[in-house]
Amino acid sequence: MAAGKTLIRFENITKRYGKVLAVDNVSLAIEEGEFFALLGPSGCGKTTLLRMLAGFETPSDGRILIDGQDVSRTAPNKRPVNMVFQSYAVFPHMTVAQNVAYGLVVDRVPAAERERRVEAALGLVKLDGYGARKPDQLSGGQRQRVALARALVKRPRVLLLDEPLSALDAKLREAMRTELAQLQEKVGVTFLFVTHDQDEALAMASRCAVMNRGLLQQVATPSDLYEYPNSRFVADFIGSVNLFEGRLAVDEADHAEVIAPDLPAPVYLDHGVTGAHESTVWVALRPEKIELHKRGEGRAPPALDDAPEGRNRVPGVIRQIAYLGSESVYDVGLEGGRTVKALRSNLTRRDQEDFTWDEPVWLAWHACSPAVLLS
Amino acid sequence: MSGAPGPLEYLRRWPIRAWLAAVILFLYAPLVTLMAFSFNTSRRNIVWRGFTLDWYRQAFEDSDLIAAFGNSLAIAAISTVVSVALGALTALLLWRFRFPAKPALEGALGLPIVVPEICMGVAMLVFFTQVLPWPTDLIWPLNLGAIIISHISFSFSFVAIVIRGRLASFNRELEEAARDLGAGEWRIFWDVIAPHMRPGLLAGALLAFTLSLDDFVITFFTSGPDTTTFPVKVYSMVRFSVTPEVNAASTILIVLTVALTAIALRLSGGAVARIEAGEGL
Repeated sequence: MAAGKTLIRFENITKRYGKVLAVDNVSLAIEEGEFFALLGPSGCGKTTLLRMLAGFETPSDGRILIDGQDVSRTAPNKRPVNMVFQSYAVFPHMTVAQNVAYGLVVDRVPAAERERRVEAALGLVKLDGYGARKPDQLSGGQRQRVALARALVKRPRVLLLDEPLSALDAKLREAMRTELAQLQEKVGVTFLFVTHDQDEALAMASRCAVMNRGLLQQVATPSDLYEYPNSRFVADFIGSVNLFEGRLAVDEADHAEVIAPDLPAPVYLDHGVTGAHESTVWVALRPEKIELHKRGEGRAPPALDDAPEGRNRVPGVIRQIAYLGSESVYDVGLEGGRTVKALRSNLTRRDQEDFTWDEPVWLAWHACSPAVLLS
Repeated sequence: MSGAPGPLEYLRRWPIRAWLAAVILFLYAPLVTLMAFSFNTSRRNIVWRGFTLDWYRQAFEDSDLIAAFGNSLAIAAISTVVSVALGALTALLLWRFRFPAKPALEGALGLPIVVPEICMGVAMLVFFTQVLPWPTDLIWPLNLGAIIISHISFSFSFVAIVIRGRLASFNRELEEAARDLGAGEWRIFWDVIAPHMRPGLLAGALLAFTLSLDDFVITFFTSGPDTTTFPVKVYSMVRFSVTPEVNAASTILIVLTVALTAIALRLSGGAVARIEAGEGL
């Protein structure tokens, strides 16, 4: 993402409903041309934030700037933003073309220009020739395209999308992800979308903001969110993770060690951690970053070139196997009762036969794989 | 569809069929008889003598009956227009706003529907003699004011409830979408809310019209010698003798109300079907 200029700025936004704090002092800057995701569980305040930007809610505190202009008190119909609603909200009594033209009619755009722009917008969302249809003659996916065209035809500075894919079935949802990303690239408009689906956010967004209980947890690119989460909440919310509580035993410039009671061996890291010595930290290990090795009678622990002996290798027994086709997820029981999830890609047709129930195994991971979390 | 009736094929079992036949007989036989004898040549409603349209001609030549019919239509038309306007506004008020007396108003709205008609009639009689004596020497149709007002007072409740029900299925995101696209309050109402209300308005109007057209009890208490409606006139004719002319007049009324009710049901039924199809969402 080229460092563009800031388009939207939330400054210390707080929203209270009576005593309930829906959004808690959120500050966030979104750049021009971004495909930005607001991600979080339901009730985390992401939709409230979106609706405040659209103008349907007024912040209790703070300011919202678009292009440097304070729009916090501007009516929704006077803001340079347009929205695609969760239900699409396509006007049922109007044809597709009338729906798309509506915003232009309200703005008194001359008929000739209006027709041209409606035509172009319908082409953009691949609905050429559908202009005369009524919404009840369209599928859910087509109705969403109408809603997209209707919002984009007004040439907004920002397009807001409220759970854009939640109403579509699984196959269509995946196809629509790619298409939305392509559409955004083509029109160059900044997209801001709200979702509770992490896959959706990771697949489409150029940057994501993760929210929880009204607070902004982390703002990062999808891969940074996944690989370098800044808290247990983010690590757990994005993807699947094994979390171990422990204490920071060694913390040098080029390596660190965490001793976790649940793990028989210390966790060795190839980088330093900026935390107080002996402080409580959490180690986050993604299942796909844990290797499975055979541990038959007398088999030595696997060799790791980046971790000293006795580190990053723990013995366990396979308790459960979930075969998912492209991969298998193994629940491995450790001494002391802790269960660890390890994921193994089925690279060949026979890979899933390598390990079986109750088989003793070694779990191993590289020194660069664990993420250390301070909160 | 042959052999022994399946577990859910109730209509192929004789007790159910007998029951159905009995229901149809008791419900509709009187109506069919009434209609059939309006074409009877005999003066008495007992023996079938032959087919004639004389009674219809006689009914149309009866100037009192025609005047009453004209009154009924005028009352129905005026009270429909007023009660649809009032009912729509009430429904919008209850749907859109929150205010202290809202539960009380919602309860009061159902009152004209649950209060026995005879009580409404007596109440109207007292009201129009004691509180607001309506002058009967005004030009037509203003002389029908008392009846019109009492019809509005009960039919607007039905209209409001029908429209309220329709509004309940309105997706608020449609309103927000219109606002988001630049529309102000007034435009939102005319472009988005009013089109959604339309089936409710039509169904409410037809309901109000048919209710007014065939109302007898309340009208009986509020009508005067010069302000008779069709049902009241038929009643007074019956008191002298039940001639086939009454049958003919009643048949016209039945056909008229059934036709209008069918249209009303079709319109509101269509609305229901559209909501189920997801269009109202």
